[in-house]
Amino acid sequence: MRHLLNYMITRILLAIPMVFIMVTLIFVVLRVMPGDPVSAMLGGHAPQRVIDARKLALGLDKPITVQYVEYLGQLVRLDLGNSMVFNEKVSTPIIEKLPATIELTVFGLLVSLGLGIPLGAYAARRRRTGRDFGIRLYANVVYCIPVFWMGLLLQLVFGVFLSWFPVSGRTSPRVDVSTFSHTGFYIIDTLRIGSLAAFGDVMWHLVLPAVTLGIVLSGIFVRLTRANMLDVLKSDYILAARARGIPERRVVYNHGLRNALIPIVTMLGLQFALLLAGAILTESTFSWPGMGRLLLERIYLRDYPVIQGVIIVYTLFVSAVSLVVDLLYAVIDPRVKY
Amino acid sequence: MADEQKTILDVQHLSIAYPISIGVVRAVEDVSFTLDDGEALGLVGESGCGKSTLGLSILKLQRPPGRVTAGKIMYRGTDILSMSDKSLLAMRGRSIAMIFQNPLTSLNPLFTVERHFLETIRYHDAAYSREKALAAVQTILAVLGIEKKRLKEYPHQLSGGMRQRIMIGLALIMNPDILIADEPTTSLDVIVEAGFTELLLELRRLYKLSIILITHNLGLVAEIADRIAVMYAGTIMEIATAQEIFDHPLHPYTQGLINCVPNIRVEQKELVTMPGSPPDLVDPPVGCRFAPRCPKVMDICRVKSPSLREHAPAHVAACWLYGKRED
Amino acid sequence: MSSQPQRPPLQAARFSPAGWLASFVRWFSRSRKTYRSEWWIMIAGLLVIALIVAMTLFPHLFTHYNPLDQNAGGQMTAPSAQHIMGTDNLSRDVWARVVYGAQTILGVAIAAALLSAIIGIPLGLLSGFAGGVFDRVLSLIMDSMYSFPGLILAIAFAAMLGPGVINITLAVAVVYIPTYFRLVRGQTLSIKEEVYVEAAHAIGARRGTILGRYIFPNVIATVVVILSLNIADAIMTEAALSYIGLGLPAGIPDWGMDLSMGKKFLPSGVWWMITFPGLMIMLLALGFTMLGEGLAEILNPRLLER
Repeated sequence: MRHLLNYMITRILLAIPMVFIMVTLIFVVLRVMPGDPVSAMLGGHAPQRVIDARKLALGLDKPITVQYVEYLGQLVRLDLGNSMVFNEKVSTPIIEKLPATIELTVFGLLVSLGLGIPLGAYAARRRRTGRDFGIRLYANVVYCIPVFWMGLLLQLVFGVFLSWFPVSGRTSPRVDVSTFSHTGFYIIDTLRIGSLAAFGDVMWHLVLPAVTLGIVLSGIFVRLTRANMLDVLKSDYILAARARGIPERRVVYNHGLRNALIPIVTMLGLQFALLLAGAILTESTFSWPGMGRLLLERIYLRDYPVIQGVIIVYTLFVSAVSLVVDLLYAVIDPRVKY
Repeated sequence: MADEQKTILDVQHLSIAYPISIGVVRAVEDVSFTLDDGEALGLVGESGCGKSTLGLSILKLQRPPGRVTAGKIMYRGTDILSMSDKSLLAMRGRSIAMIFQNPLTSLNPLFTVERHFLETIRYHDAAYSREKALAAVQTILAVLGIEKKRLKEYPHQLSGGMRQRIMIGLALIMNPDILIADEPTTSLDVIVEAGFTELLLELRRLYKLSIILITHNLGLVAEIADRIAVMYAGTIMEIATAQEIFDHPLHPYTQGLINCVPNIRVEQKELVTMPGSPPDLVDPPVGCRFAPRCPKVMDICRVKSPSLREHAPAHVAACWLYGKRED
Repeated sequence: MSSQPQRPPLQAARFSPAGWLASFVRWFSRSRKTYRSEWWIMIAGLLVIALIVAMTLFPHLFTHYNPLDQNAGGQMTAPSAQHIMGTDNLSRDVWARVVYGAQTILGVAIAAALLSAIIGIPLGLLSGFAGGVFDRVLSLIMDSMYSFPGLILAIAFAAMLGPGVINITLAVAVVYIPTYFRLVRGQTLSIKEEVYVEAAHAIGARRGTILGRYIFPNVIATVVVILSLNIADAIMTEAALSYIGLGLPAGIPDWGMDLSMGKKFLPSGVWWMITFPGLMIMLLALGFTMLGEGLAEILNPRLLER
């Protein structure tokens, strides 16, 4: 256990440079590059006096290096600053929207793993047959479908034509969110108060966005699983298991798939970045009140502190996931010891 | 000699081919041999001569896209090649078991030793309770000289020799009639190899095993095998008792093979090697496959391939040197 | 002693187009037999790309409507003989917009992928070749960017730069610099250890010569594959940026923008406004993916298994 703890601490310390680099990069992009937030926000015709006053109020009159150091100082104190547009702390809308994004990405990931891994494993087992070819075609086509187009198509078919699922939001208007909202994770909240009707409504809204995200990402998992399975199925222990009279199905799905999953788990961190990017577009398409929508809204409003804050939280999210993935790796592979 | 009652495995005119993009590899061509109950047969040849393919095909497990194009493999009167999938599963591990060259990679790295054993037992006999199965495992571990605590360990925690013994234990847990050992010592160091040979001989006695030992190691085969079949380029060149093969090899290939083994009792200036290399199996030579390298080649060897004929009691060879084939 | 003539090291590629052509022909005839299905995948990809490239070069051959003409037909009419893909909310012909929209997306995607290759490859070569602190710092930056969702980076850039064809190209290009950097750096590191590079050092070749003559030509084959796959990705990033309204000024026909327009009319069942531009994005991305995958299988089968 102590080794694991040591590993975790090292791992978290290693994530700090990545966060620092992203913070710096975003700061440079947003503050140093042409385009002055205040004049952009006030419109091109504001008098210089007004602009200067506003800059002074926001601390933007100081040299850029001073601003940068001050911003880093804020971040170390876990303070993301205040919005430039609304009278609120940056953390307020982020805390409100983050659960929606997590719910969407977690279910999106589950759908894509649930589709991708079995399909990939099956394709590897039936290598070079028509079914294998079909599954590979599916993977490539699905990978090339823009997430938002997938979302629009599903909305059109299942929302507009068939009216099976709602096309926007996390809940129906008839459901009063204030009666259960506590953590912001609606699935947990509705279950906590024990309202099955509200829980059903939340899940019902989650279906199309999660499936959209899941299908598009499943292509990658099909390809990863198939390639790894093909490698694993060539191993000696697979042949040895067959020679002991273990049924083929068990050889493939128990001996083979478990080994093939290890490299997939190690790559899950990178795939998660893709998932988050997809989530932004899905949120935009389904009016899902998450971080992605917040980011886009504030970009139109030129609310730089919030934009920065959202991107930093995304960075932390990615780092956290890759940490969890590394720990998971140790759990499923007995050869890995920390 | 080959009494009907005693023959347990009878391979008849077996041919195996691998279709590849540039043609068909004829890995095994018209191979016939028998294995008697309790006998140890050595299958000897250079790497790539088809002996491993032959071994795997006895379990109907030749690597894809390999296909049996002709012949039969009769095990106690049933043709393995026409068995149902269900009978095949029951046969593998229980009637005929196999161990492989590399014990390092022949165990699933994610499964404990115990899980390997329990899984094997469960799929062969659902009637075994966990306790009964564990008792059986412990009996065999005692024979193999492996401590009980190793059951909970993963393959990477064990030494090479220990993994090899576990592999044998897994092969023998269902008490099979025949053990096919494919290059079992190649990846072991010399000391471990010596121990392994002793263990194999002891297990053979204890479990009344018939053994097919596939190897290029003539030393190993001399210690274990009763009879030896010499394979070259997918065909069997000679079969005789181990004594006969070493004392009176008939086929020029066998003679060459035995001469290649360094002998400390005879003073040698250089290592003897056989000139040339095995033929292309996509387009094998017409006639005898050894003809291009044979020091005693005759005209007929390049035209017609010789079939296995008895040239001495219980000693067959496929060679034109010992008389013409009467058609 | 050896009577064989002195030959240059085998892998040290020289600038000799005739030699390249000869080896290509040799490689082509051999690999066509071995990789039959891969060739078909590649050719299918090339056909799709060729069709869309033809649209960008000769749009008037595909349609006689002007994509900006707001009097092409009725408002939001369903596909018919006159308007095979219907008309949009401003009475413009959807097919004409699809045809002319190809120019924007294809141009931006190819330019962006090339730009990131032009920046990423030299950085990767230098970093891998030089090593030391320079390499460590640059690798850390690039790895951080690589593991971060690329679209978010592109959104930040696009938001700052404002709409415009050049700006969106820059925003997309930033995302893929780390891809080239990591690939080229990794290959440089392994090629650096090869005997023929050490031999070049030994005979006193200058560092620049070694990089340009010995290492770069060996990296280029994989770069071609990644370039193709990258264009596919860049197509979707471009479409995403313009879909969320960060890409292009109004007045330039663009598939992503048309999709966000169509989204507004989706609840009333106007399916043709979203179906066709989206289909085109998918086809174009698929074309480059198939080309890249086919190339990868033929050139270096292990490349995509990472």
